[in-house]
Amino acid sequence: MSLRPSWIRALALCVSVPVLASCASTSTGNPPVLAPSTSAAPTGLTVTPPSPDPRVGLRAGVHDAGEAIWNLRLLSNTPKPDPFDATNSDLAFVGDYAIQGNYNGFQVWDISDPRAPRLRKGYFCPASQSDVSVYRNLLFVSGEAPSARLDCGGQGVDETVSEDRLRGIRIFDISDLDNPVNVGNVQTCRGSHTHTVLEHPGDTENVYVYISGSSRVRPAEELPGCVGVMPDEDPNTALFRIEVIRVPVNNPAAAAIVSSPRIFEDLVSPPRHGEAPADVAAAEARGDFVVQVEGQYRILRGRVIESMLDSIAAARGGSTVTAADSAALRQALPRIAAQLFGGEGEGRGPSQCHDITVYPWAGLAGGACGGYGLLLDISDPVNPRRVDEVADRNFSYWHSATFSNDASKVLFTDEWGGGGGPKCRIDDPYEWGANALFTINDGQMEFQSYYKMPAPQTSLENCVAHNGSLIPIPGRDVMVQGWYQGGISVFDWTDPANPVEIAFHDRGPLNPDRQTSAGSWSVYWYNGVLVNSEIARGLDIFELTPSEVLTQNEIDAANTVHLTHLNAQGQPHFVWPPSFALARAFVDQLERNNGLAADRIRATRQALDSAEGRSSSERRGALNNVASSLENDVARSVDPTRVESLVEAVRRLAAAGG
Amino acid sequence: MRKSALSLLAGSLLVGAAGCGQTAREPVIVTPAPGGVAAAAAVSDSVRSSYTPADAAFMTGMIHHHAQALVMSAMAPTHGASPALQTMAARIINGQKDEIALMQQWLRDQDLPVTDPAAGGMDAPMHGGHHDMQMAGMLSAEQLANLDAARGEEFDRLYLTYMIQHHQGAIIMVDELLATDGAAQNEMVFKLASDIGADQSSEIERMRTMLIALLFGDGGSLHPPTDRTP
Repeated sequence: MSLRPSWIRALALCVSVPVLASCASTSTGNPPVLAPSTSAAPTGLTVTPPSPDPRVGLRAGVHDAGEAIWNLRLLSNTPKPDPFDATNSDLAFVGDYAIQGNYNGFQVWDISDPRAPRLRKGYFCPASQSDVSVYRNLLFVSGEAPSARLDCGGQGVDETVSEDRLRGIRIFDISDLDNPVNVGNVQTCRGSHTHTVLEHPGDTENVYVYISGSSRVRPAEELPGCVGVMPDEDPNTALFRIEVIRVPVNNPAAAAIVSSPRIFEDLVSPPRHGEAPADVAAAEARGDFVVQVEGQYRILRGRVIESMLDSIAAARGGSTVTAADSAALRQALPRIAAQLFGGEGEGRGPSQCHDITVYPWAGLAGGACGGYGLLLDISDPVNPRRVDEVADRNFSYWHSATFSNDASKVLFTDEWGGGGGPKCRIDDPYEWGANALFTINDGQMEFQSYYKMPAPQTSLENCVAHNGSLIPIPGRDVMVQGWYQGGISVFDWTDPANPVEIAFHDRGPLNPDRQTSAGSWSVYWYNGVLVNSEIARGLDIFELTPSEVLTQNEIDAANTVHLTHLNAQGQPHFVWPPSFALARAFVDQLERNNGLAADRIRATRQALDSAEGRSSSERRGALNNVASSLENDVARSVDPTRVESLVEAVRRLAAAGG
Repeated sequence: MRKSALSLLAGSLLVGAAGCGQTAREPVIVTPAPGGVAAAAAVSDSVRSSYTPADAAFMTGMIHHHAQALVMSAMAPTHGASPALQTMAARIINGQKDEIALMQQWLRDQDLPVTDPAAGGMDAPMHGGHHDMQMAGMLSAEQLANLDAARGEEFDRLYLTYMIQHHQGAIIMVDELLATDGAAQNEMVFKLASDIGADQSSEIERMRTMLIALLFGDGGSLHPPTDRTP
């Protein structure tokens, strides 16, 4: 990736940086295995999903709905405590705690025993959507609804202009989890639907928060500086920017908006042939119709002119077009252009981002912005710069983005219907409300395929692609994702043209008689478990179970990754410490895709087992022998990259003392 | 002092919330809101589910507004619309039909009369609108007739022109709602209004791109993906 600055490469080793990055270095200081790139070779995955799909026809219920599960184990479900009997929203994690947003505030769950989560603290402070993030001792909570109050009251705010209203970010100090303290608030022009914390390794004194606001602009009387008109009328308009907040870590009360980068402009490509004034004059001289659209002069196509002239003639009852009709059209064009392309209403480019995922390791961010997927360079966090943009021909309105661990791929989720509608019915097209998968080559995105949770759901179940995160299975790109009442789906997108589901969980509808909002708002992998925020039913915790599509070694290798905290929109970079599980995982994968012959697989496994049983002084030599032997297999393998990953994993295991 | 701390604890601990191991001083669930958690939660529930006349008028009006979009979009397959326009129209039909159902359910839940856009003769928006039902951006009878008479590329042009106008009207309705005191405190109303505002703004942008391409023959669109037809 040509966009990755050197300080980000340094971060990959992260031995002693105090910033909470997802380091996996052991306490002895051994360097972690650098994250292996997922191979372009065939994955060898043959998946036999349960058939018929057990997610179809599940009984309705709140806590007794029918359930279907595949390749997962449900460790616990913990219903909502009473004051949080409102919509559960997003999750963030720190240490042993899962912080679950709720439209009534947030819940801090101790998940050190995933079979028995314990509510450590609940903080009642209504605001939808209460999207949460953590950074060290700070907790950020998004608020957007007009009813959200600075004083956390539940009575709402009636006046359209009020100093009681909070639309933006609440900041809490959670150094003492038993006593969260609201240390500051930042009001923003559109409120905060979601936010993204960006940990910039080059700046340890501050943390940055990107605000995504999709709601209407606040009146200037309530928050000065917010303007809701076209940028050419007022370059300061809130309609076309994201807001970047800088939070001084030691003085969060001083958090403030530091820039409002305009990353959305000029998203409609200018005409390939620029019309210079001389061209315009010449065109008019020969009778063409020239229209000014968004600052550019354009020439109407002949067929369109004919059709418009015919309409004008027909409207006056004539059958042939006259010179007067032509003059009338010329005269009407500026007004028509202004109505369609300028003046009132929203203009060029998407007016807001719904969500932005930053991937600091790669210096990139993926913005899902009103119908466009944007790729941003965030090497300067205060001034994100747009690198590429895509739209698809299915008119997806993308919601969020997730990168593959090596940043060679990105996917955008189309949260069509905003999560309130049933978009997984049997007649709903597969490509709508799905994930769109892209490869990234030299900063350009190329579409590969769509992925949608495949089980048809009822019209009583809101269902569409929503939030999820990567599972650190080495050598593969696997994601777990929430689909509202479509449940949760785990899929492998190592081959971005052919994503495949490898695990799931689903419940029947919440209510048998009417559509009500429920299901998975988000589900994330965190230190060996999958934690699901269920809108209506509380907190679910799952673990992966081994199958033909995922071996125990692969699960064990994933679980060697340890995160100190997780904000899914601030995507962590996974690195794997040396371990036998890691080596064995690669062996399993090479067996799966015939990257090594059966006798080599058998021999390698025996050699690893034998080395593990040796005393530590002998183990190093034994492991290096295994690695040397495998080096001979690289050239003739169908998956040489994976064999090399195995060699590297074994060598590093040897170096680490086994 | 200790006694009042304990009674505070007793009053605030919830049944089912595991507070064991907690220091006795701080209840598990707290709030800075005056009156304490239980009272604030009760008020919040009530505010979230109450509504104002402006909310009800918005829901009723938007049902009619959406209904006209369905009528316009239903013409796409039979009037020779381009494949891209047929996709967009189908998506608008699917999305707005579901939103109508949600809005009708909301009205039912409030024991309000449930608007049925299919009912009524010349007053119905499908016929181009009696003035009472003529909300911002809705097509006049003449515009609807023009659209219905058009075929092929001319249909595309008129559909895009009129639907942009129609969407702009919906956004005006959302703006007017959010500029009304007390409105959109109701959770469902705020969510629907916000979603409509966001979705239709995006759709306007996509339609503008298509219209520019159609009128001026430019590329206009961005990196369309390799089509992977299932």
